Amino acid sequence: MEPAMAESENNGQQGEPILRIRQLVKRFGGLVAVNKVDMDVYPGEVVGLVGDNAAGKSTLIKCVSGVYQPDGGEIYFEGRRVRFTRPMEARDAGIETIYQDLALAGNLSVSANIFLGREVKKRYLGGLIRTLDEDYMHAESQKVMDKFNIRIPDFSQEIETLSGGQRQAVAIARALYWRAKLMIMDEPTNNLGVVEQRQVLELIQELRQQGVPVILISHTLPDVFAVADRIVVLHRGFKVTEKKASETDSQEIVQYMVGALDDNRVLA
Amino acid sequence: MAVGEQEIINNGAMTRQRERRKQLVLLLSRIWAWVFLGIMIVFFIITVQLSSGGTVNFLTVRNSQNILVAITSVLLLGLGQTFVIIAAGIDLSVGWMMSLASVLSALAIRDSFNAGQPLFAAVVIGFLAAIAGAVVVGFFNGVIIAKLNVPAFIVTLGSSFIVRGIALLLSDNTTVIGLPPGVRDYGNNALLYWISGEGGGLYFLNRPDVSGEMLRRMDRILPYPVILTAVVVAIAIFLLRRTQFGRHTYAIGGNMEAAVRAGIPVDRHLIMLYILSASTAGIAGFLSTLRFTAGSAVIGDPLLLSSIAAVIIGGVSLFGGAGTVIGTVIGALIIAVLTTGLVMLNVQPFWQFIVVGFVVILAVLIDQSRDLIMGRMETTG
Ligand SMILES: Nc1ncnc2c1ncn2[C@@H]1O[C@H](COP(=O)(O)OP(=O)(O)O)[C@@H](O)[C@H]1O
Ligand SMILES: [Mg+2]
Repeated sequence: MEPAMAESENNGQQGEPILRIRQLVKRFGGLVAVNKVDMDVYPGEVVGLVGDNAAGKSTLIKCVSGVYQPDGGEIYFEGRRVRFTRPMEARDAGIETIYQDLALAGNLSVSANIFLGREVKKRYLGGLIRTLDEDYMHAESQKVMDKFNIRIPDFSQEIETLSGGQRQAVAIARALYWRAKLMIMDEPTNNLGVVEQRQVLELIQELRQQGVPVILISHTLPDVFAVADRIVVLHRGFKVTEKKASETDSQEIVQYMVGALDDNRVLA
Repeated sequence: MAVGEQEIINNGAMTRQRERRKQLVLLLSRIWAWVFLGIMIVFFIITVQLSSGGTVNFLTVRNSQNILVAITSVLLLGLGQTFVIIAAGIDLSVGWMMSLASVLSALAIRDSFNAGQPLFAAVVIGFLAAIAGAVVVGFFNGVIIAKLNVPAFIVTLGSSFIVRGIALLLSDNTTVIGLPPGVRDYGNNALLYWISGEGGGLYFLNRPDVSGEMLRRMDRILPYPVILTAVVVAIAIFLLRRTQFGRHTYAIGGNMEAAVRAGIPVDRHLIMLYILSASTAGIAGFLSTLRFTAGSAVIGDPLLLSSIAAVIIGGVSLFGGAGTVIGTVIGALIIAVLTTGLVMLNVQPFWQFIVVGFVVILAVLIDQSRDLIMGRMETTG
């Protein structure tokens, strides 16, 4: 463990990491899904988190986003120790997660989804009666869509009538609207067509340009190499390596993913 | 290139055409219940005329008011149910809840009146007793469903037996009588009275003191129970369409996971939904006590299935996420018009069950074919 940790603290990045994960452990019964993992994310970078099925990627980020409570280790966000007990707390802190199975309500409109759980209300009779301020939410949704260059033909449309790529864009727009300081994407290109996959990757690049750091979980190494600055590989709950994207290639990463290479083992 | 732009450029014309077809299918599935109701009314106007040789008219003031009174119970049971089913739940306890509320309000009115309360206060106490009982039952349902994750079907099936037992115990397995006779005015008086023909006229709020042949010519327009039900309907429409509460109800039914992740307090919301559902059933029970000047422990249960039928005919999806209050009103109206019309045609009353049954299945078929068409359009596009 020690060498991997030392490496992550001295990887040439500028400034303080926005997210610092130390010795994180998450167990499900006897299974250790995440085993003493260290990981940093610096402002304005895209970190690719890769690994085989069941490597523990989703579990790791669910600990960060408040879905699970870790059984050990620490998480620091913006320099402060955080212990989220609910997803809402992580969102309030600025950590937005785009899940592989979209967290959108298909039966609601675009703006209803962007404001889901945080609806803006008009107050009557001193707040006794509160109605949804649809016009305001609609206009704000339009603004964020314009800012990030996302085009949706009809805004009052229900989400389920949109294409997969458009839905993903709505999910990302929602995160951006709420001023995400860290964006976590768990297999965002799953179930998307080729064109749509490319659109999502473009959005990730757009995010980096605007200074929003991203953790990208993906199976598809070409996608990861297309956008990631740094790549972290998990294998059976352990972090087996962490490399700059410019200093490695798909072949090497695959070796780590299948367990043929392991920095902990080599250096132990 | 902007996200989504490529796609729009590629098949803009096709998309637009597909959109238009989708909108048409959606529109049809939304208005079919209205159309069906309209066709049914026209059908009964004609057939009732024909079968009576032109002596009986289906579309009279009296008939319309009878239908409105007839739907209040089913509609009230269906209102809370509409919210619950939109949130992908079900409440099977509303029938017996209505019975319990009827018994509770009858006991409360009788006992508080006998204890010296003025009539109006006694009626208010009766209302509060019905609501209090509903809040307890709804809270019980909601907590077990939300906190212990037991399926709503099972919880409310179980609680309907519990509530049934309590209602029968409290009423001593009989009708609660001995209410002050003035109660019947609250349950039967109307906003307007209309006496047609000779010496008649329109009376506002004041029940004209007539008898005999003139009494027979008198129609009550908008009896109080109908007005109270209309107020509850208006509140329900407002809640569902315009408030955060309604938005969250749709979200939970559409995608429970998404609702949780968005930070919606789903457990609390579910508990409130079951309290709401029990409460509209409680109001139905209270109104039946006013109408019959008695509490009945068996009045609600036979209405349960009709109320669910009304909700489904009205287009609420049993899978959750879709439906409207107005739809449920239409559903209840369809059932009431059918029942009244068939009675006026002197058809054996059992036929109404057969017809209602087919209408329920038709409604679900229309919903499904809409989803199928929409889905198919999605994938072939
Ligand atoms: N809620 C859970 N309960 C029990 N086991 C779980 C749960 N979530 C994940 N696991 C297990 O933890 C391991 C890691 O899963 P996951 O983090 O989803 O992997 P990945 O996202 O890398 O494919 C798997 O063996 C999985 O079966
Ligand atoms: Mg996963």
